[in-house]
Amino acid sequence: MKDLSMHIMDIIQNSVRAEASLVELKIMESMKEDLFSISIKDNGFGMSEEVLAKAIDPFFTTRTTRKVGLGLSLLKQNAEMTGGKMEISSKEGVGTELEAIFSHKHLDRPSLGDIAGTMVLLVGANPEMDFLYQHITDEGEYIFDTKEVKEVLDGMPVSDPNIMQYLKEMIKENLNTIK
Amino acid sequence: MAKVKSLADLKKIKEELHAKMDLREKSNDPEAQVQIKVGMATCGIASGAKEVMEFLIEATAKRGINSIVTQTGCMGYCYAEPTIEVTMPGKEPVVFGDVDLKKADEVIEKYIKQGELVDGIIPVNYKTIDNN
Repeated sequence: MKDLSMHIMDIIQNSVRAEASLVELKIMESMKEDLFSISIKDNGFGMSEEVLAKAIDPFFTTRTTRKVGLGLSLLKQNAEMTGGKMEISSKEGVGTELEAIFSHKHLDRPSLGDIAGTMVLLVGANPEMDFLYQHITDEGEYIFDTKEVKEVLDGMPVSDPNIMQYLKEMIKENLNTIK
Repeated sequence: MAKVKSLADLKKIKEELHAKMDLREKSNDPEAQVQIKVGMATCGIASGAKEVMEFLIEATAKRGINSIVTQTGCMGYCYAEPTIEVTMPGKEPVVFGDVDLKKADEVIEKYIKQGELVDGIIPVNYKTIDNN
């Protein structure tokens, strides 16, 4: 993966497959504390203890189209390369929660990348799902909540290319103010 | 394009958006819609599927193609990522492999617009007779 936003796109696909109706993404950045953490929480169907234990094994997947499942192990590897870690917990019928912690200043920490574009693609491709994206830095906080957005749009589809473009700009502008 | 910085701004441009949307919706017969699915699993994302998807959404909208671009999982062709599946109205889906921006453009211009086949098709749509 080139950057962290791609990992986020990848991990959230698991939530999509788990039929989650809400995905909460929280990114916390602190230069002061040398911390960069990404946590993703969904209300999908979760995993049994048995599946959870195998989830980070790159040679385990629930897919039948291929025999490997690298998403979680790649993220874990990237986090560990910076001296951080990745933790995942899950409960069947309740949902799954994941947290990846990086050292902010570590040379091996990938950059965040195009998180605005990533969010908008996820929102547009899964209009029936809701996403709550919270980004906290030393300078402030921004929250992008698709429930609010959908209320404002009043029935107009979030998958419309014009709307997607506007939303992307909106997220970008707001993230710039807390950089 | 007006700058949208907040939900209040989004509300303001709603009317303008609505007008654009009406035009699109009037020409939107779901039966006549081209469906494009972009393989967006680990393998696809790592190979650049995000850029391809962004391009497809933008390009089809700009070129006036009535289409819906969505994501799908891994189709098992990790060696040929990014892959896209294009379903023309009333036709069987066709999967294209190694789709970079250039290929995506070619698929739109040749396959979607003119119905010509282009290189890079992964033959998956054969059917077998089930002799049970």
